[in-house]
Amino acid sequence: MKKQYDVIVVGAGPAGSTAARYAAANGASVLMLEKDRDVGYPVRCGEAVSHEGVIQFIQPDPKWIASTVTKFRLVAPNGSSVIPQLDGVGYVLERRIFDYELAKLAANEGAEVITKAYVYDLLKDSNGEAAGVKALIKDVKVEISCKVVIGADGVESRVGKWAGIDTTCHIRDMESCAQMTISGIDVDDETLDFYFGDEVSPGGYLWVFPKGKHTANVGLGLSVEEAKKKSAIKFLQEFIEKKFPNAAVLTHIAGGVPCAKTCDTLVKNRVMLVGDAGHQVNPVSGGGIISGMIGGMIAGEVAAEAIQKNDLSLLVQYEKRWQKRLGWRHEVFYNIKEAIAGFSDDRLNSICTSALKLPEHKRTLGGIFRTALWNQPSMLLDVAKVFVS
Amino acid sequence: MAKPFLMIYVRPGKCDFCGCCVGVCPEDAIELMEAKLSIIEDRCTNCRKCVWACPWEVLEFHREGIQDLPKDIVAVDDFQFANSLK
Repeated sequence: MKKQYDVIVVGAGPAGSTAARYAAANGASVLMLEKDRDVGYPVRCGEAVSHEGVIQFIQPDPKWIASTVTKFRLVAPNGSSVIPQLDGVGYVLERRIFDYELAKLAANEGAEVITKAYVYDLLKDSNGEAAGVKALIKDVKVEISCKVVIGADGVESRVGKWAGIDTTCHIRDMESCAQMTISGIDVDDETLDFYFGDEVSPGGYLWVFPKGKHTANVGLGLSVEEAKKKSAIKFLQEFIEKKFPNAAVLTHIAGGVPCAKTCDTLVKNRVMLVGDAGHQVNPVSGGGIISGMIGGMIAGEVAAEAIQKNDLSLLVQYEKRWQKRLGWRHEVFYNIKEAIAGFSDDRLNSICTSALKLPEHKRTLGGIFRTALWNQPSMLLDVAKVFVS
Repeated sequence: MAKPFLMIYVRPGKCDFCGCCVGVCPEDAIELMEAKLSIIEDRCTNCRKCVWACPWEVLEFHREGIQDLPKDIVAVDDFQFANSLK
């Protein structure tokens, strides 16, 4: 480890590793710090991604693919279900291996990686701009200088707050999540199941994502507003007892997902935020792996370019490029989420009934959202913007 | 007005260190390390958002304050530890 780098990345999840990779590939000296002792563990994720998303960054490899999925099944509160048409395939990942591979890609570009390295504050210059980090590396306090700090420190991000960026997620938008990986169950390895309704997960959804060999990630997220009344773990325990009473529980984890619009500010005082830290999550699905990696890629490229040109005022280009690439889509998805979050169980049941009446070629995700929002014409435009079908 | 005493209790041994509570804390009053969670008493306003957000019911609100609760808990130990970093 050196005393100074061009870029320090805080957090070695998919967004952090991708930021480190693209910053290093574009000529910056990069240090990535991970607070846990392992990259990729513990996993806090349902682990589903699309093929189209993943291949932008890494070729699919059986060692980090638990299951290849070809179908979605959306289950209404009354148990009826609809299987929309999908164009491509998706994967349920082994994140602990996937994240490791992404960190290796960063290392192969020259980035240094240190684990069990907890960043507890920023170093600041006389102008109050970030000039490095204060970290506890294997229990020793160290100060490391840099030109740019990339905060990839997840839902619990504090790097942004230290730079003056408001990253607090409103409790209406935070999804409180619990997941168990369970085994000894009968699930279809090619289907992602989504359950909706007040009984399973009010203001969110419950997922059953197959991981092969009679194993699945079963988890749910519900709005913190709803979790005031009953916690995520209680909802999950009830569902598993009812649906998979004899399952063996291999892991159980908690988590939070910021299903909000992207933070208004992603760049300030030489700090850039990527991934969950900047709320780069699809607010409808809660998916954040690929969008975080896209944020990381843009941030890494922009940081390296600004350093090369010796003009850190260029960092703000990252916000513009993110907005153009995905930020605008997430704003539209946020509006859709707001429109559907309050639907009653009866409404969800009738949407399912209507969706089943659609001709098969129109039974797409876009088609189902159109069905759901048919009486809100302004929303149909939004659906048309984000679903090509 | 005098600052209220701490009313947020971290139940020992239950936390999964997921950070959901940190994400909703408006005061940057929670310190989360690999396997340590602590409330920074000087900043906490007892707003309870962390209590509502916690997926596992690790955080609890105690109107009467937590000073009478056992001292060998994560909250107190790590509160001192976290402050020693500042």
